[in-house]
Amino acid sequence: MNAPTDRKIVHRYAYRRSPDQDARGVVRRPVVVVGAGPVGLAASIDLALRGVAVVLIDDADRIGEGSRGICWSKRTLEICDRLGVGEKLVAQGVTWKLGKVFHGDDLVFAFDLLPEDGHKMPAFINLQQYVVEKALVDRADELDLVDLRWKNRLIAVEPHNAHVLLTIDTPDGPYKLEADWLIAADGARSSTRDLLGLEFSGVTFEDKFLIADIRMAADLPTERRFWFDPPFHAGQSALMHRQPDNIWRIDLQLGPDADAMEEQKPERVSARLRRMLGERPFELEWISVYRFNCRRLDRFLHGRVVFVGDAAHQVSPFGARGANSGIQDAENLAWKLAAVLKGEAGESLIGTYDTERIQAADENIAHSTRSTDFIAPHSAAERALRNAVLGLAPTADFARRMINSGRLSIATVYESPLSTPDESPFGGSARLGAPLPDCRIRNGDGSETYVLENIGDGFTLLTFKNGAPPQAAPEGVCRLRIGDDLIDPDGLLARRLDATPGAAYLLRPDLHLCARWRSFDRGKIAAARDRAKGRALGKI
Amino acid sequence: MMAKLITASQFSDPDAAYVALVEARRHLSEAEAAALDTRLALILANHIGDIEVLKEAIALAKTK
Ligand SMILES: Cc1cc2nc3c(=O)[nH]c(=O)nc-3n(C[C@H](O)[C@H](O)[C@H](O)COP(=O)(O)OP(=O)(O)OC[C@H]3O[C@@H](n4cnc5c(N)ncnc54)[C@H](O)[C@@H]3O)c2cc1C
Repeated sequence: MNAPTDRKIVHRYAYRRSPDQDARGVVRRPVVVVGAGPVGLAASIDLALRGVAVVLIDDADRIGEGSRGICWSKRTLEICDRLGVGEKLVAQGVTWKLGKVFHGDDLVFAFDLLPEDGHKMPAFINLQQYVVEKALVDRADELDLVDLRWKNRLIAVEPHNAHVLLTIDTPDGPYKLEADWLIAADGARSSTRDLLGLEFSGVTFEDKFLIADIRMAADLPTERRFWFDPPFHAGQSALMHRQPDNIWRIDLQLGPDADAMEEQKPERVSARLRRMLGERPFELEWISVYRFNCRRLDRFLHGRVVFVGDAAHQVSPFGARGANSGIQDAENLAWKLAAVLKGEAGESLIGTYDTERIQAADENIAHSTRSTDFIAPHSAAERALRNAVLGLAPTADFARRMINSGRLSIATVYESPLSTPDESPFGGSARLGAPLPDCRIRNGDGSETYVLENIGDGFTLLTFKNGAPPQAAPEGVCRLRIGDDLIDPDGLLARRLDATPGAAYLLRPDLHLCARWRSFDRGKIAAARDRAKGRALGKI
Repeated sequence: MMAKLITASQFSDPDAAYVALVEARRHLSEAEAAALDTRLALILANHIGDIEVLKEAIALAKTK
């Protein structure tokens, strides 16, 4: 159904023959990633930065088939920063944090997505997905450990106990490759999923949505605007988002009975937009009609094949949880797989990718489903309830809080066997199992920095000064002393972490907090590190 | 499951409560009354503010 009128090729890449295609026997690689979308690219870069060689294949030779994702969340940007592209994306994107919801003509609800300041990354940026993909491809090209092969299509998968045998088709014909691990990042229509005969189950929503990217010089504020039943599009909903370079994303709900082909005709789209935008001149950049799905695989881990991103789960776009959650899949998997391949952790650690990211997927699916149900009620009776909420909103706070035009993507707080339960209560905005909240802080020389910029690739122990002589952290844990290595002059970080003098915080390589104590105990820290490496799990 | 929903009478004057609800819908069409009931349900549900009680109330309302 998503046949855009004018697909734009933004970047084209050449197919290059790999020496693997001329090798005598079948070459064995530690990791092959299928699919160079945002998720496969992020996974490959992360693994390479952790010292793992990756072959990344994609069946296309280009990026930029129209814009899909546009909203990138703070957590995604923090990950991208670690991968080396975060600042570039922020510079290219438009930053926003305010959302406004209208009912008819009236503003009924507004939200601020980053009430806490002093974070390096904004709550959200808007940036065309192909721009993000381009930045990631450029980054991957800088890394010797990423071998990116365009026009390589996976056509057969044969799982074995300790490896996967792949058949890959190219313009020169097919070749075979063995992988210790296969990461399936091949999107919502995943070939890997089909080749393995796995079921993708969930719901498809009835309503159709028109997605239009237009070029328009408009001096409107940079905020997310959502309308229920607007005068320019009666009985339906509308969403408007700014992108860089005078590009705007407009989503118009069309209802279940709309004719997708008819609705994509430029005259028809222009007429609809004219009603919304009045006399402002605009040009159509890209048009598509979608029906949305919320579904996932039962399990993301199948022997030596691991599913990430849209190949593993799909959500409706209200809440921007697709690519954002996929990139978080990639980061969850990368450190675990690297640790297993280097012999630092047992294979059971990979099993926790499955549990943690299924928890995240279920959260994302639940939120996107609730939003879509609110935006597109299934029956007249459900619509009456929805409209009652909107009707009460101007006078009652509780009704405003029920308005659901999309709950925007935030990181999942893992309820994970890798976390060591708290011995004593902690307040603040930090959560056990969640990423460490960022915070503006100072270097020893007084210059400004952010705490997340100072955390290395492995396990990190953040400790707060208490006057006691410093003790060495256990092996494999890098210690960062607040008060010595970094200065927290206003106590902002201490408040976020509810830190008392002597408190210690253990971070996983993906910067999720996995243990914390009121005082330093080397034995407990070592045990928590082992637990976070899956030592306590036994064989899965 | 422990019932949290109170079904014992709570109004000192139940007839007055009934009259208040009746008067609210007097002269309303069926559609208007349905809209009123929907708003009332939302307002009272929030006042109760307990998802377990709400679910029990829904279950009770569904038994005909
Ligand atoms: C209208 C719309 C708006 C959206 N807005 C947002 C948003 O604001 N924020 C957000 O986070 N998400 C958004 N999304 C979702 C987002 O686009 C997806 O979640 C994201 O693209 C998933 O990335 P991926 O890398 O998993 O898969 P994809 O981007 O689909 O990439 C898969 C790659 O695999 C390749 N491939 C497929 N089969 C093979 C094969 N057999 N061999 C080799 N390669 C193969 C494909 O060529 C492709 O390059 C939106 C989606 C839509 C449709």
